[in-house]
Amino acid sequence: MMAERLLSVRDLHVSYGKVEALYGTSLNVDRGTIVSVIGPNGAGKSTLLNALMGVLPSRGTVEFCGNDMGGVSIESRVAKGLCLVPETRELFAQMTVEDNLELGAFTRYRRGDKNIRKTLEMVYSLFTRLEQRRTQFAGSLSGGERQMLALGRALMSQPTLLMLDEPSLGLAPLIVKEILHTISDLRSTGVSILLIEQNARAALQISDYGYVLENGEIALEGLSSQLANNPRVIESYLGIGGGEGS
Amino acid sequence: MDLSTILILSQDAFTSGAIYALLSLALILVFGVTRVVFIPQGEFVSYGALTLASLQLGVVPGTVWLLLILACLAAIMETVRLLLSGAVRKLPRSLAVILGPPLMIAVLVKVCAPMHLALGWQILLTMLLVMPMGPLIYRVAFRPLADASALVLLIAAVAVHFVLVGLGLLFFGAEGVRTPPFSDAQLTLAGLNISGQSLWVYASSFVFIGLLAWFFSKTLYGKALRAVAFNRNGARLVGISPDQAGTLSFALASIIGCLSGVLIGPITTIYYDSGFLIGLKGFVGAIFGGMASYPLAAAGAMMVGFSESFSSFWLSGYKDVVVFTMIIPVLLWRSLSTIHYEEEE
Repeated sequence: MMAERLLSVRDLHVSYGKVEALYGTSLNVDRGTIVSVIGPNGAGKSTLLNALMGVLPSRGTVEFCGNDMGGVSIESRVAKGLCLVPETRELFAQMTVEDNLELGAFTRYRRGDKNIRKTLEMVYSLFTRLEQRRTQFAGSLSGGERQMLALGRALMSQPTLLMLDEPSLGLAPLIVKEILHTISDLRSTGVSILLIEQNARAALQISDYGYVLENGEIALEGLSSQLANNPRVIESYLGIGGGEGS
Repeated sequence: MDLSTILILSQDAFTSGAIYALLSLALILVFGVTRVVFIPQGEFVSYGALTLASLQLGVVPGTVWLLLILACLAAIMETVRLLLSGAVRKLPRSLAVILGPPLMIAVLVKVCAPMHLALGWQILLTMLLVMPMGPLIYRVAFRPLADASALVLLIAAVAVHFVLVGLGLLFFGAEGVRTPPFSDAQLTLAGLNISGQSLWVYASSFVFIGLLAWFFSKTLYGKALRAVAFNRNGARLVGISPDQAGTLSFALASIIGCLSGVLIGPITTIYYDSGFLIGLKGFVGAIFGGMASYPLAAAGAMMVGFSESFSSFWLSGYKDVVVFTMIIPVLLWRSLSTIHYEEEE
C-alpha cells in the first residue's frame, strides 16, 4: 500500500438536532486505494459521506490532501477533487445524459480545462450504454443506467477521491457485478475510492482496507482480506456459508 | 368590430405580449434557480424607462444613487460575513468585485449624462446602470435567506418591491415619462399602420428570447442554471454554487426588466410605480407555464397581451380585472392537469 495519506478523518461528530448519528469516527484513505465502510442500516454510513462532502455540518477534523476542510463549501470541495455519488444519485432528470455528464465537469470548465471532451470519451468507453443513450433524458434511464450515469458524471470532474454511497442499491445482480467491476478498475486510473456498501462481501472483495461502522462508531477495521475472514464480520455481514451476497 | 380594429388591437396585443413574455421568462428563471417569486421584477421596467428619460434630459438619473446605496449595503454585508467567518484575506477582492463596477458605472454616467449622447449610447448607459441592481438586490435581500422557505422569500420579495417603489418615487418623482421612439418609421401593411417602435419591440424580444434559448440549451453556464433549478443538491455536488447561479439569474432578470422598460418607454407613459402592474402581467404568463416551462409561459404572456388589448376595447375600465381574473381558470387547469410531485423542501 502506498503511504501517501489522501483523506484523514479524526474524531468526527455529526448530529441531527439532539440525536448524534456519528460519535468520534476516525478513518483514513491512502492515495490509490479503495476503502470500504460496511455496516448495518442506520449505522451512520451515509451520514459519514455527507459530512465529508460538507452536505451535513460536523465537528472534528477532516483533512483532504493535507488541507483542513473545516468550513469549506461543497462546491469548493468538488473543485479540490472530492466527489460524492449519493445514494439518491441526484441526477438532472429533465436533462439529457450528455448534459448531465458535461455538467459533471463544471468546475473543470470554469478552470478552463481543455480536456473535458477526452474525459467524456473515456466515460463513454467505460459505459457504452451511456453513449447509446446520450440524447435521452436522464429520467428515462433504467436503474442500472442511472447508476452508471451518476458514476460517469462523478468521473467527469476527475476526482482525486470518489465517494460512493451504495452503488449497488436496488440493482439487478448482474448489473451490480458490472458496476463493482468498473469501480475496481477505476483504481488503475489513479482515482481513490471510499465505498459504502450493504453488500459487504462484494465491498470487501474489491477494496484494500475496510471499516465496520456500527451505531455511529467504528467497531472494527483492517485489511479487507482479513476482515472478510474475521468471525464477527462473517457472522454479522457475510452470513455463514455465504454464496453470492445480494 | 371590423377587421381593421381587430388588426390594430392585435398589433397592440403582440407588442405588450412580447414584453410580458420577456418578463415571464425572467420570473421563471429567478424562481427556478432561487425559489424567489420575484415581485419587484417590474421595478426594473420602470427604472429602465425612467433612467433613459433622465438621460434624455441630460440629468444624472436617480438610479445612480440607488445603485451606489445597494453596492454599499452589499459591501457592508459582505464585510460582516467575511469577518465573522474569519476569511479576512478574501475581503479586498470581494469588496473590489462588489464596489468596483457600480462605482465605475456611476462615474461614467455622471460624466456622460450632460453630453446628450445618441439614443443608442443612452440605452447602453441605462442597461449598465440597471443591470448590476439585480445581483446586488440578490446579495442584500435574498442570499442571506437562501435556506429559508419559499414563503419567507416571497415576503422578502414583497418588501423589496415596496422599498424599490418608494425609492423610485424619491429619486424620480411622481411625474410620468415617455421616451422618444427608436425610429419614426411607419410601416403600412395591408392597410394597417405599424409603428417603428412596435417593430423594435417584436424584433428585440424575438432576438432576446432566441439568445436565452441558445444560452440555456447550448452553453454550460446556461445548463448549470437549469441544473440548479431542476436539482439543487445535484448541482452543488457537481460544483455549481447556488449563490453564483442566483447572482447570474438576477443579473439576467434585471437585464430583461430594463430592456422591457426601454422598449415600452415610447409606447406608454411610465410612472415610478408602473412597473408593478406590468411585472404582474408577466407573472400571469409565468403561471401559465407553471413557473417552470418557458415556451408555455411565453404563450401565456401572449394570451395576456391579447386579452388585455381586446378587453380594453370592450370594457376599457375593467381590462386589468379581466387579465387577473384569468389566473383563476389557469390555476384550475394547471392544478387538474399537472402531476404533483411531493414537495422537496
